[in-house]
Amino acid sequence: MADASTLPATVSTAPMAVATQRKGGFRHGLQHRILPVFTTLAIIYLMIPIAVMIVFSFNKPDGKFNYIWNTFSLDGWAHPFDWPGLGEAVQVSLAIAVLSTIIATIIGTMMGLALTRYNFRGRGALNGIIFLPMATPEIVMGASLLTLFVATALPPLAGNVPTLYPTGFLTILIAHVMFNISYVVVTVKARLSGFDRRLEEAAMDLGANEIMTFWKVTFPLILPGIMAAALLAFSLSIDDFVITNFVSGTTNTFPIWVYSIQRNALPVQINVIGSIIFLGAVALVGATTLRSGRAARIR
Amino acid sequence: MTAANAHAPTGPTFRARFGRTVPYLLLLPGLLWLVIFYVIPAIQMFTYSISTGTLETGFTMTFSADAYVTAIDRFGKQFLNSIIYGGVATLLTLAIGFPVAYTIAFRGGRYKNLILFLVIAPFFTSFLIRTISWKILLGPEGPLIAPLKHTLHVLPGSFDVLNTPIAQVAGLTYNFLPFMILPLYVALEKIDIRLIEAAEDLYANRAAAFRRVTLPLALPGVFAGSLLTFIPSMGDYINAELLGNPGSRMIGNVIQNRLLVQNDYPVGSALSFMLMAAILVAVAVYARLLGTEQLTG
Repeated sequence: MADASTLPATVSTAPMAVATQRKGGFRHGLQHRILPVFTTLAIIYLMIPIAVMIVFSFNKPDGKFNYIWNTFSLDGWAHPFDWPGLGEAVQVSLAIAVLSTIIATIIGTMMGLALTRYNFRGRGALNGIIFLPMATPEIVMGASLLTLFVATALPPLAGNVPTLYPTGFLTILIAHVMFNISYVVVTVKARLSGFDRRLEEAAMDLGANEIMTFWKVTFPLILPGIMAAALLAFSLSIDDFVITNFVSGTTNTFPIWVYSIQRNALPVQINVIGSIIFLGAVALVGATTLRSGRAARIR
Repeated sequence: MTAANAHAPTGPTFRARFGRTVPYLLLLPGLLWLVIFYVIPAIQMFTYSISTGTLETGFTMTFSADAYVTAIDRFGKQFLNSIIYGGVATLLTLAIGFPVAYTIAFRGGRYKNLILFLVIAPFFTSFLIRTISWKILLGPEGPLIAPLKHTLHVLPGSFDVLNTPIAQVAGLTYNFLPFMILPLYVALEKIDIRLIEAAEDLYANRAAAFRRVTLPLALPGVFAGSLLTFIPSMGDYINAELLGNPGSRMIGNVIQNRLLVQNDYPVGSALSFMLMAAILVAVAVYARLLGTEQLTG
C-alpha cells in the first residue's frame, strides 16, 4: 500500500504525453489475446451447469435419475409439478420469499435511514451486528438458530417464551428475515450515501413538513435502492438451502425438497422449475436494467 | 411513529420533541430481530456446547469440555478437509477470478455490463441445482466425460472423477467463483489508469508496474474476495455430499449429521463454535499477513 500512496504525487510530475504512445511489443500482444480468451473460457465454465440444467429439462430419463441423456421430451414442461410434494414446496418457497422480503426490506430500510442520517451512540457496535451475519458461515447460523428453537421447548425457557419447536414455516421465515436484514441495510446505505440533502431542505423551505418531505422527496429518490435490496433479499431467500435445512423441520421449501428427493430419484421437474426460476430472474433483472437505463437517459 | 405522525406539528417543535428518539425508533425492530435471532442463538449454541443431556431429558449446563474433546478427537480429519478443500478452492477462484476481473475492468469496453451479468447469472439458479448439474456433467457416462472416453479416447473407459475430492473442489470453485470476481472487479475498476501509465513512464516494465502498482491497489479486492469464498466453502457440505466421497466429508457434513440426524446438540454446537472461531482467527491472520488491517473497516 505504501507504494501506491506515494504515486499520486508522481503522476503530476510524469510526462503524460508519452504514456499512451508506448504500445505494441510481444508482451502487449500476448496480453491482448490471452486475457480475452481466458475470460471467455471462464464465462463458459460459469455457464455450463446452467446450460446442462436447461438442456436436461427436455430429457426423458431412462429410469428415475435424470443423469444421462436419453431422448428429447416436453413431458417435464407439460407437467412441471407432477411429483408428490413438489407443488406445495414451491408454494412454501414463494410465500417465505415474499414475506421475508417485505419484512426485511421495511426493517432494513429503516435501519439504513437511521445509520446514514443520524448521529447516535453505539454506531460502531451496531455496524458490527449488521456485518456479522454476512461474515458468519451459513451452517453456523443455521445450527445456532436450531439450538435456540430447541431451547424454547426445553426447560428453563419452556413455558416462559413462545415455543418455536418443532420447527416449520414460522422458523424458516424468522431465519430468512434475519439473514436478509443485513443485505438490505448495506444496499440501502449505498444508495443513501450519494443523496443530496439540499433537495429535502428545498422542500422544507417550500413549506413541507418532515413527514411530507420524506414521502414526496426522499422516498421516491431512494426507491430504486429499496427495490434493488428487495430483489436481492428475494433471490437470497428463494435459493437458501443451508440455513433452511436446519430450521425447516418437516416443512419443505423447493431446495429442501430437491435435497430430500435427490438420493432416491432425480425427476426432470427439478430442472424445469430451476429453468423457470432462472429465466424469470433473468427477465426481471433485464427489465429493471432496461427501465433504469431509459430513466437515466430521460433525465 | 404513526401515533406521532397524526399530530405532527411542523418545524422545530417536532424536531425538538421527537428528533432525538427518531433514530432509535427506526433502529429498534431490526436491532431486536438481530439480537434475538443472531446474538442470542450464538450464546445458546455456546451454552449447549458446554452442557450435557439429550433432546428428551433436556440439557443442563455442566461446564463440561467433553463435547470439544469428542469434536477434536473424532472429527479432526473433517476439520482438516474443510481447511484444505476450502483453501484450495479459494486459491483456484483467485487464479481464475483475477484475470477475469482484470479483463472486465480494463478491457471490458462496451461488453463490461454483459460480462458482469454473465458472472452473476449462476446466482439466478439454485445452488443445489447447480451442484446437481455438475453431478450430471462429471458422471462416468455424463455429457462431459463420455465423449472424452468413447469418441476421443483420451480417457480410459474406467475413468471416473465423480465422488472424488477433485470433483468436490471443482464444485466448490465453481459455486463461489462469482464471489471472488465481483470484489476483485470493484477494486480493479477503481484504479486510476494513469497511475499504471506513470509507473511505465518511470521505466517500470509491465510486470513491475503490475506488481508494484496494480496488485497493491487490488489488495482490498483480493482480501474481500478470499473471505467471501473461503468462509462459505469451508462451511459447505453440499459439494462434499453430492460430488465427494465419505473420506472427503467436511466439517459441515458432521455438524449437519450431529444436529439433524443424531440430535447430539453438545458436539454439534461445539463443532459449529470451533468452525466460527477458526474462521475469525483465519480472518485476523490473513488481515495481518496482507498488512492491511484498515481493509476490514
